[in-house]
Amino acid sequence: MSQINRLPTCGRTDPSQTIKFIFNGKTYQGVAGDTLASALLANGVNVVGRSFKYSRPRGIVGHGMEEPNGIIQLGSGAATVPNLKVTQVELYEGLEASSVNGWPNVNFDLMGIIGLFGRLMPPGFYYKTFMYPQKLWMTYEHFIRKAAGLGKTPVEADPDTYEKINQHCDVLVVGAGPAGLVAALEAGLSGARVIIADEQSEFGGSLLASNELIDGSSASDWVTSINSQLESLSNVQRLRRSTVFGYYDHNFLTILERRTDHLGLKAVSGPRQCMHRVRAKQVVLATGAFERPLVFAHNDIPGVMQASSVSTYINRFGVAPGRKLVLATNNDNAYRTALDWHRAGRDVVAVVDSRSSPSGELVELVRGLGIQIFDGCGVIEAKGSKRVRSALVAPLNSEGTKVVGAVQSLACDLIASSGGWSAVIHLSSHTGAKPVWDEKIVSFRPGESKQQERSAGACKGTFGLSDGLLEGATAGAEAAQRAGFGDGVVQRPLPAVDEVVEQPQQTLFLVPHTKPTSRAPSQFVDFQLDVSAAGIELAVLEGFESVEHVKRYTALGFGTDQGKLGNINGMAILANALGQSISATGTTIFRPSYTPTTFGAIAGRDIKDLFDPERYTAAHRWHVEQGAAFEDVGQWKRPWYFPQGNETMHQAVNRECLAVRNSVGILDASTLGKIDIQGPDAAEFITRMYTNSYLKLAPGKCRYGVMLKEDGMIFDDGVCACLADNHYLMFTTTGGAAGVLAWLELWQQTEWPELHVYFTSVTDHWATATVTGPNARKVVAKVCSDIDLSADNFGFMDWRNGTVAGVSARVFRISFTGELSYEINVSANYGRHVWEKLIEAGAEFDITPYGTESMHVLRAEKGFIIVGQDTDGSMTPADMNMDWVVGKNKAFSFIGKRSLQRSDSVRENRKQLVGLKTLNPTSVLPEGSQIVNDPTQAIPMAMQGHVTSSYYSANMGYSIALAVVKGGLNRMGDTVHCPAADGSVIAAEIVSSVFYDPKGERQNV
Amino acid sequence: MLLIYCPHCLEHREEEEFSYGGEAHIARPLAPESLTDEEWGDYLFFRKNPRGIHHEMWYHGVGCRRYFNATRNTLTYEILETYVVGTQPQITGADA
Repeated sequence: MSQINRLPTCGRTDPSQTIKFIFNGKTYQGVAGDTLASALLANGVNVVGRSFKYSRPRGIVGHGMEEPNGIIQLGSGAATVPNLKVTQVELYEGLEASSVNGWPNVNFDLMGIIGLFGRLMPPGFYYKTFMYPQKLWMTYEHFIRKAAGLGKTPVEADPDTYEKINQHCDVLVVGAGPAGLVAALEAGLSGARVIIADEQSEFGGSLLASNELIDGSSASDWVTSINSQLESLSNVQRLRRSTVFGYYDHNFLTILERRTDHLGLKAVSGPRQCMHRVRAKQVVLATGAFERPLVFAHNDIPGVMQASSVSTYINRFGVAPGRKLVLATNNDNAYRTALDWHRAGRDVVAVVDSRSSPSGELVELVRGLGIQIFDGCGVIEAKGSKRVRSALVAPLNSEGTKVVGAVQSLACDLIASSGGWSAVIHLSSHTGAKPVWDEKIVSFRPGESKQQERSAGACKGTFGLSDGLLEGATAGAEAAQRAGFGDGVVQRPLPAVDEVVEQPQQTLFLVPHTKPTSRAPSQFVDFQLDVSAAGIELAVLEGFESVEHVKRYTALGFGTDQGKLGNINGMAILANALGQSISATGTTIFRPSYTPTTFGAIAGRDIKDLFDPERYTAAHRWHVEQGAAFEDVGQWKRPWYFPQGNETMHQAVNRECLAVRNSVGILDASTLGKIDIQGPDAAEFITRMYTNSYLKLAPGKCRYGVMLKEDGMIFDDGVCACLADNHYLMFTTTGGAAGVLAWLELWQQTEWPELHVYFTSVTDHWATATVTGPNARKVVAKVCSDIDLSADNFGFMDWRNGTVAGVSARVFRISFTGELSYEINVSANYGRHVWEKLIEAGAEFDITPYGTESMHVLRAEKGFIIVGQDTDGSMTPADMNMDWVVGKNKAFSFIGKRSLQRSDSVRENRKQLVGLKTLNPTSVLPEGSQIVNDPTQAIPMAMQGHVTSSYYSANMGYSIALAVVKGGLNRMGDTVHCPAADGSVIAAEIVSSVFYDPKGERQNV
Repeated sequence: MLLIYCPHCLEHREEEEFSYGGEAHIARPLAPESLTDEEWGDYLFFRKNPRGIHHEMWYHGVGCRRYFNATRNTLTYEILETYVVGTQPQITGADA
């Protein structure tokens, strides 16, 4: 196990601590401070993955989140994580990872055969080839996806926990490179509350791999010093391993902090990741820049890397990823890599510079070392299969658009390339700021700020270190001042940097080949998705012009790296093919997330039982103990039915329904919405909201009402009781409670503020037990002695104060079953006690607890509607055959009244509520069934309406349904048909919607 | 995620506490019965949909439970002011 590429200089790693890890089944050794990428490179591992489409072998290209090739599956079992980048995984003892692509393995990949026929798979290949026959697409897709790989999701539940934190700060600094560090220090010194977040394991950004001197000492010493200054400021929160991945409205930003990922298999406690939801007064973006690779033929062979990445592996990790380097560049900056490589004691074969006579300071330094510089030349092609063997070099014309001389081959195993730098404008772009193309720096710059933010340093296109530090410090001081701290003047003197003078770069993206792009070996733009320069040109030939369309057609930038390396090159090649400028071509819009984010962190603790609040009634435990099945009604858990023994739901419901009509049943109705309404204008207000009048409702009386929206359609219904003068209790549907309260407040606050009326939700304050059935009075009488329960003195639609089972109670004679009913309301704290006393009292009558299902059947037998089931927001009271509930002589034009006269509301042939009785008494219509007159007609059939409620009624002895049918009230006795998807048809007769006790005598006794 | 200043609570609160209430400053006709179907339909259904300044109602349902008005730029989502029901906006768009 030799780390053949490990250098004696160790950079920021600790070679005394070795770490064993497994990659694709083989055991290797790395050192503390390594990433998986640096450890693989140290061990000379060339192939880390296969490309998505052609399955070409791929090696590590970058050193950070821009890495397109080293995509791995980490670990196994429930905690396995797909699609991580080797450059971002910190090495830990026992780490196990495998490539996501490649079958049977990355070194011998059967799918790679496709790569040999790459020309057969142009952009849009899948669309073009697998389009017909359409029904086979699902089959094709299955195999394509399998072939494509890209990670496996774990099949077990995630064992880790995640956290969310809401935070506020005055200044949020994104990125802890040189500009970000000084920005945070300046803002911190002003006293502002600062958060600085950086995605790497330590602060310092580019300086962690820099040879530059700051204030006469090494860059890493300066980083240490500024870090300790930041640490000493208690108002500065430092977040490492924390990616700011989204910038949303009103300066709301999200940060994913990876807390324990780097600890690997060590026993760790606490959440794995934490999402910070930050509301920042001011933001400083210091997100740096990515180096842009040059695009040339076969630039995807392992051993072609980013120049800055090669330097980073040498300087930060003590790893030289090869022996013999050819450096391809169009700028001075990349010459640092040649110097670093030379300093590492390895062979710099040549520098290939596209510019005709480069002579910057760095160039001269390299020349002084006797290193050969091919000026006016380009690396036009890499040779090799699983590792670079040589670079083909040729002279280019001065524009860099044509090969103008003989090609020569340079033997090498590493080609480092640099095409300049692209500012990381993603977060600025999230805010809606439109990026601006800057010819001078050959990069996009952030557009005009749309929010309280400013960019500083490389992400603003300021690539020099001293300029970046100045910008950072200024931005930090200014941001603090705008947030109300300090005077906006930079407090600390800026460090001195010995800056070399660089000559301008050449604008070059695609290095020409001796053959035209369409015939040259593939020149890859997007490594992960195998998008080549020829593919982009082909898209243009096929008529695509918009960058957004070309992106989707070619899949440019669609990978897990979101095109961080390839996008700008792709746009430049597109612009060239369209014969227009890059600024005219524009860029695609960057949207959150900046990097892939785990769902776990987004969900945090809001999972399983905590996903949504659950509301329980006071007697809930009793229901559980009785073995009730539960139904979710909004957030409420309501008993659905109470099975006994091995009863099915159907058997239980039949038994419960029969018990209510023949003796007595009991229902937990606590979930009904209850709004307490008080004030001198309460009656007037309620009357404006309901269709009927409450002006003359006396204390002790109840009235059923229907509420409309202003368009005349039924919105809610329920009983309203007059508790005392100017004091009412409004019952709403269980699901409608919050909406009704907001509705009442809307009208009182915005339209009639002169009405003195106040609303309080008291739903949870009361527990309600509904005792219903012919024996209800006998049961209640056993536990209530201070209310005269006689029909004469406590009639239907009355309510009384009294004592039930020793508890102060409001008892309402309202009925949703059509039977003699008492709704007993007590303070919720006594709910279970009273419930149990009623059960005890009812024992001799075989009192039967029933749930929502029986409640539905019983009310349907009576034709009582449920708002939201039998109505759907397009039903008037007349449609529900409930004209009787609309007050015709009300002085005030109540909400919705005018709409009842609209031409459409009075139209003939509106759908109307009717009953349906199936011709076969035992077939139950599926709810939602469409109703037609003639089931033999051709499709599409003429629809007459639909079934809204349908049950088997044990009391009636046959199946019943409620339905809305066009002109249904005039069609009594007609036979209609409900065709089902399986071709069967159920025939039914239109009947009255009231099946049971049509005269309503039973509730009135 | 908007940050909204509630003119009743007198502080900025997160959007999660509020719900949107539609266009503001629509007065309910005092005599609905005297309107034609078309006039009533205008009141019921027709709303502005400006690109830019919009005056709208918000409901602080998970807070003080009060409605108020906001002037919002529909393009940038900036909330330029909030003000209590019954008062007029200070900021108005070109078409207001």
